[in-house]
Amino acid sequence: MNTYATRTRNTRPEPFAVHVGIGERLGLAHMDWPLTIAAVGLIAFSVFTLGQATQNDVPGDPNYFLERQAIYAVLGIVGMLVLTRIDYSRFRELRVGIYTFLCASVSLVFVFGFAARGSRRAFELPFFSFQPSELGKLLLVLALAGFVIDGARRGSQVQRTVRYLCLGLAPAALVFLQPDLGTSMVFAVATLAVMYFGGVPWTHFAVIGVALTALVALVLVVAPATGVPLLKGYQEERLTSFLSPDEHADGAGYQQNQSKVAIGSGQLAGRGDKATQTRLDFVPERHTDFIFAVIGERYGFTGAALVLSLYALLFWRALRIVTLSKNSYGALVAGGIAVMLLFQTFVNVGMNLGIMPITGIPLPLMSYGGSSVLATFLAVGVLQSINVQAHLSQKGRFAW
Amino acid sequence: MHLGPEDRPQGSRLNLRVAVVGGVAIVLFAVLFFRLWNLQVLSGDEYLAEAKNNRTREFKVIAPRGDILDRDGNVLVDNRTSLALQLNTTKLPEDAAEERAELARLGELTHMSVRKVRRTIKQSEEVAAGAPVTLRRDVGYELIAYIEENQDEFPGVTVERVFVRHYPDGSLAAHVLGNVSEISEEELKETQYKNLEPGDEIGQAGAEYAYDKYLRGDPGLTRIQVNALGEPTPGGQLVSTPPTPGDNLKLSIDEEVQTAGEAALSARGLPGAFISMNIDTGEILAMGSNPTYDPTDLIEPSQAQVNELYRDPVLAPLVNRATEGAYPTGSIFKIITALAALENGQITPDTVVQDNGLIEVGTDTFENAGGEAHGAVELRRALQVSSDVYFYLLGLDMWKTNELQEWAHKLGIGRPAGLDLPEEGETLLPSKQWRNQLYKEELTDRPWSAGDNIQLATGQGDLQTNPLQMAIAYAALGNGGKIVTPHVGMEVEDAAGRVLKEFEPKTRRKFHIDGGYRNAILEGLHAAAQEGDGTAAGVFGGFPIPIAGKTGTAERPGHGDQSWFAALSPYPNPRIVTIATVEEGGFGAESAAPAVLDILEAIYKKRASEVSSAGGAE
Repeated sequence: MNTYATRTRNTRPEPFAVHVGIGERLGLAHMDWPLTIAAVGLIAFSVFTLGQATQNDVPGDPNYFLERQAIYAVLGIVGMLVLTRIDYSRFRELRVGIYTFLCASVSLVFVFGFAARGSRRAFELPFFSFQPSELGKLLLVLALAGFVIDGARRGSQVQRTVRYLCLGLAPAALVFLQPDLGTSMVFAVATLAVMYFGGVPWTHFAVIGVALTALVALVLVVAPATGVPLLKGYQEERLTSFLSPDEHADGAGYQQNQSKVAIGSGQLAGRGDKATQTRLDFVPERHTDFIFAVIGERYGFTGAALVLSLYALLFWRALRIVTLSKNSYGALVAGGIAVMLLFQTFVNVGMNLGIMPITGIPLPLMSYGGSSVLATFLAVGVLQSINVQAHLSQKGRFAW
Repeated sequence: MHLGPEDRPQGSRLNLRVAVVGGVAIVLFAVLFFRLWNLQVLSGDEYLAEAKNNRTREFKVIAPRGDILDRDGNVLVDNRTSLALQLNTTKLPEDAAEERAELARLGELTHMSVRKVRRTIKQSEEVAAGAPVTLRRDVGYELIAYIEENQDEFPGVTVERVFVRHYPDGSLAAHVLGNVSEISEEELKETQYKNLEPGDEIGQAGAEYAYDKYLRGDPGLTRIQVNALGEPTPGGQLVSTPPTPGDNLKLSIDEEVQTAGEAALSARGLPGAFISMNIDTGEILAMGSNPTYDPTDLIEPSQAQVNELYRDPVLAPLVNRATEGAYPTGSIFKIITALAALENGQITPDTVVQDNGLIEVGTDTFENAGGEAHGAVELRRALQVSSDVYFYLLGLDMWKTNELQEWAHKLGIGRPAGLDLPEEGETLLPSKQWRNQLYKEELTDRPWSAGDNIQLATGQGDLQTNPLQMAIAYAALGNGGKIVTPHVGMEVEDAAGRVLKEFEPKTRRKFHIDGGYRNAILEGLHAAAQEGDGTAAGVFGGFPIPIAGKTGTAERPGHGDQSWFAALSPYPNPRIVTIATVEEGGFGAESAAPAVLDILEAIYKKRASEVSSAGGAE
């Protein structure tokens, strides 16, 4: 029995658990409330910030971004609650279907997608443009975790590792070709995360690490030197310019410099409506990729630290759910989601702070965008489901 | 749901992996927090300053130049506002063909070729990269209306209000006033313009140049909040320092006298110049040069226009002949010869000389003008009838000494006058030393000879001087040995007319002139102008104000005789010297004397009371 009963689950009481009552009936019992608070807090901050910072962005419609983000938030929360009540384990059974849908949706973009800034990543739907690769992140984790559990006994360890890598990197490559470098990196990271929690040996990760280093060197150094550029010029410049922002002050480094200036100028308390960097277009993409700069300038260290703390809370709860999961599939899914969100958050905030390259990865639950908000809430919903299932199984087993 | 053992999380192995990820997460968050703290709290001040600097653009507000007034406050130069067409080159279409099309459209409207437009842009970019390029100043309202109606065709084109110099009297006193134009790259490097920026206007000649620092004023500054594209944001005006207009400059010029002088000269239809100056203070009442120019033409000249209009080497309208001319003066020089001879004891006023119409020196013969013999003459008579022989003999007497040159030099001939305007020409007082030096350098065929000095004694030969220097010499005779500093600048006033600065008349040098000698010479000049067969009696005989005057007829190689007249008025206590010269104007009494008469009439008939009170205030 001790092979599947984790100590944590046995010993740690659940401080935020809502006990039998209305919550139980609504299916909210055993929801992880700190996680919910973190997610809802972040989206609330996002809606609030967009409401203040984008009033002049759409002529004649000061609340354009506010209203839309609020609708996405509501849809996302509903989606999260729905998923909370569903047993995530069904996704394991549906893995092949999910994986097929994932690959099909990111491929269909090539056919039906509309191009924005030279990149085809989204379908134009009546109410909003749907970017399948955003939901794809979650789908990849759900499917891949299923494949990992399913194939745990098949083939040698090496064969398995190669198989997982191929399964994960295929959709990543499709997304890369859209081209969407940032999201394909998230796909790759999610793949590695699922493998990691799936027990792939450390030595394999070491080999993968070496291979990755070699790949990066090939793409950024060797290939351009031999005249075979694998990345598009702007992609390469974005990836490398953060290393010497002053050199690129007018080009790719411009955005990051302006973002740094914006955040720095917020100081401790923020500039509020006196913000200029993010209000007067010095920082581009302020409602999406550079929303953290808006927060930094408007609300200062106080606001930015609050947001970072909410993310920290989110990851702590996500990682905790990994350990609570009633089965390996849940642990793998939760781990994949946690690492994926951590990666996105760190890369995006790091980009805003000028310590990570510009990759076009949105800040989860903060950047404006329906696909991202919905997908992230669904991911949180899956986490909640894992938490709920863990408690339900515990309850059944111990019957208290 | 049934859970197989392999479905279970793998206990401590999983926990280790979770712990590793947790540790990584802690490190990553620590990095983010540290970086955030560093940016916002530790270096927040710097970034705030950078952000503030980022969002503002400073626009210079041009200060209007001060007006230039005549001595009575009549406006000689002021400003009018006009509209300038400016082009923000960053807003030009990126497509080369579209850009060319827009430049072509602009060129058509401003009468420039596309090449010229491009050159203008290039020149402007060299001086101030990124600043809006002024394509044309002073464009008409119809053009502005057209461009505003068709704004889509002219991206980046804006209209700015600018001040343009305005000359209510056209070309009047052009040589005194000078002109303004945009500062050049070379001028920007000069220390006197160290605070100026490309596009600023400075005086280029005349009083505009000399008194530029008073007239110029200080530009104001408007700070405007802009967005990342550099476009002003609504209500984004932050601070504004209004421009300080330039101060007004009051000149000693008398508009009416100036008008009379210019009219008198242009009526002769020949190149020439005049000057009328207070002999005690050096204040110039009127000064002009013919042909003249319209300073308006120099505001935004196309080079071709300037060449065509003003670069004629013979007529040279831009040259102020009163101060930049270089002429022999003929007989008006004789007062200097007389003074030298008297002061050196060569003669007394009563020394009598027999004038037989000519003298012979070696192989050379020097004749009176017209060959007439005046018989026995003393100084007064010699001046009245302009006996050349009398002065030839004085020149001959002094040819080996430097006495004539010393006195001419003392009186300011051939040396800088210290005029407050930048236009002062090269002049030459021929001397033994000068010619012998040339001879030594083999630049001339002979050393100094008696003939040279004889020529100089009557203002002929190699002498090269101008009306200004002669006016100073006559003024010194009139005031008893004071060399004044000629000037046109009198006062600097603010816009409300309060005097901010007065330019005190300065005496450059002083020496003693014997009163008796002075009176004797003036007597002779008075007789020449207004008595009996005086050389100019036909001109001034009927003039009610007594004057002392001298005609001059200068022989200029390659030209017809140049007419001169110098007058000190009123006689016997003169206050004003008035000199006119007309190139190829013949005898002094033919053209220069009538011109001086016109000027004196203007001075005394129209403004007698004011001039006497101004002249008498000592």
